[in-house]
Amino acid sequence: MASGAIWGLDPLTLAAIVGMAVATYACRAGGYWVFSKITPTPFLRAVLTYIPGTLFVSFVLPALVKGGVQTAAGAVVTLLVMLRTRSFPWSMLGGTAAVWAIWAWR
Amino acid sequence: MTQPPVVFTRHGMWRGARAAVPMLLGTVPFALVTGIAAQAAGLSALEQVLMSATVFGGAAQLLVLGNWACPAPVLTATLAALTVNLRLVLMGPVLGPWFDRLRGWKLWGSLFLLVDQNWGLALREMNAGGRDAGWVFGAGMAMWLQWVVMSAVGHAAGATLRLPAGHPLFFCSLAVFVCMLAGQWRGRVDLLPWAVAAGVAVGTSLIWPGSFAYIVAGAVAGSLTGAVRDMVRR
Repeated sequence: MASGAIWGLDPLTLAAIVGMAVATYACRAGGYWVFSKITPTPFLRAVLTYIPGTLFVSFVLPALVKGGVQTAAGAVVTLLVMLRTRSFPWSMLGGTAAVWAIWAWR
Repeated sequence: MTQPPVVFTRHGMWRGARAAVPMLLGTVPFALVTGIAAQAAGLSALEQVLMSATVFGGAAQLLVLGNWACPAPVLTATLAALTVNLRLVLMGPVLGPWFDRLRGWKLWGSLFLLVDQNWGLALREMNAGGRDAGWVFGAGMAMWLQWVVMSAVGHAAGATLRLPAGHPLFFCSLAVFVCMLAGQWRGRVDLLPWAVAAGVAVGTSLIWPGSFAYIVAGAVAGSLTGAVRDMVRR
């Protein structure tokens, strides 16, 4: 393996990592800091409570539309196992196994 | 009745770390997949470890790595991390009774180590009367160590396996989001916001392919719909 695959450090990649790290820490620390200074309006609070769910919906649904039958079947199996077992690893295994089965069978 | 003061001890850190062990096992596949995705996106092992150690947010990392491009998408990656991690904004304030008593590295370090899992555990500990804020730091530190090590292992595995694009293993990263989605459902109150988010996200992704914009558009449209609906109802 080329040493670049291990020690390579591209300036733009580094910039992207720094950007992500700063943005993430701003969320972690900034939320606590801002909320300790101000009282957010009920409307802002309501918006924030809906963010996590709608964000994941917005990630998953377009990926399903793009991914076709194989991906959709995997997502359904993942969801069913998750609802039944509440176990993160089992759901991922189940869903991935389903996708793998369809992929191999085709 | 006066409550005992909030403290920050090594013993509390250790207890938090031990309580996080089941969570550590549960997030091993998540960390492995993130490492594999980083390798598939073309990041070096060093870049991958830097990202895991400083961002320490699996959802944001997977999302960005799944849409990686060359040259690196600096602005879109930053915006995606900001959007995905907006949920963290609300987590810090909830632990206020502990954090308000901390200063310096104990406060800002604990905030750096805050993720969904140790936050959930710490909240339970705090509500059960726990007064040792070292707990959240210890649990977070254990999660951070596991995250950096296991995602590095994933990167090494990806380099050995050399999976072709479209391999079923890459479905794992979508499965992570499906699992998180299942955990977010609170009941009928979510139906309308989620439907709006789905419609706007799918529509935007078809109109403007190859960008992250659909995630932000869907989340903002759905959340605003939910909040406006709640205001009108009241």
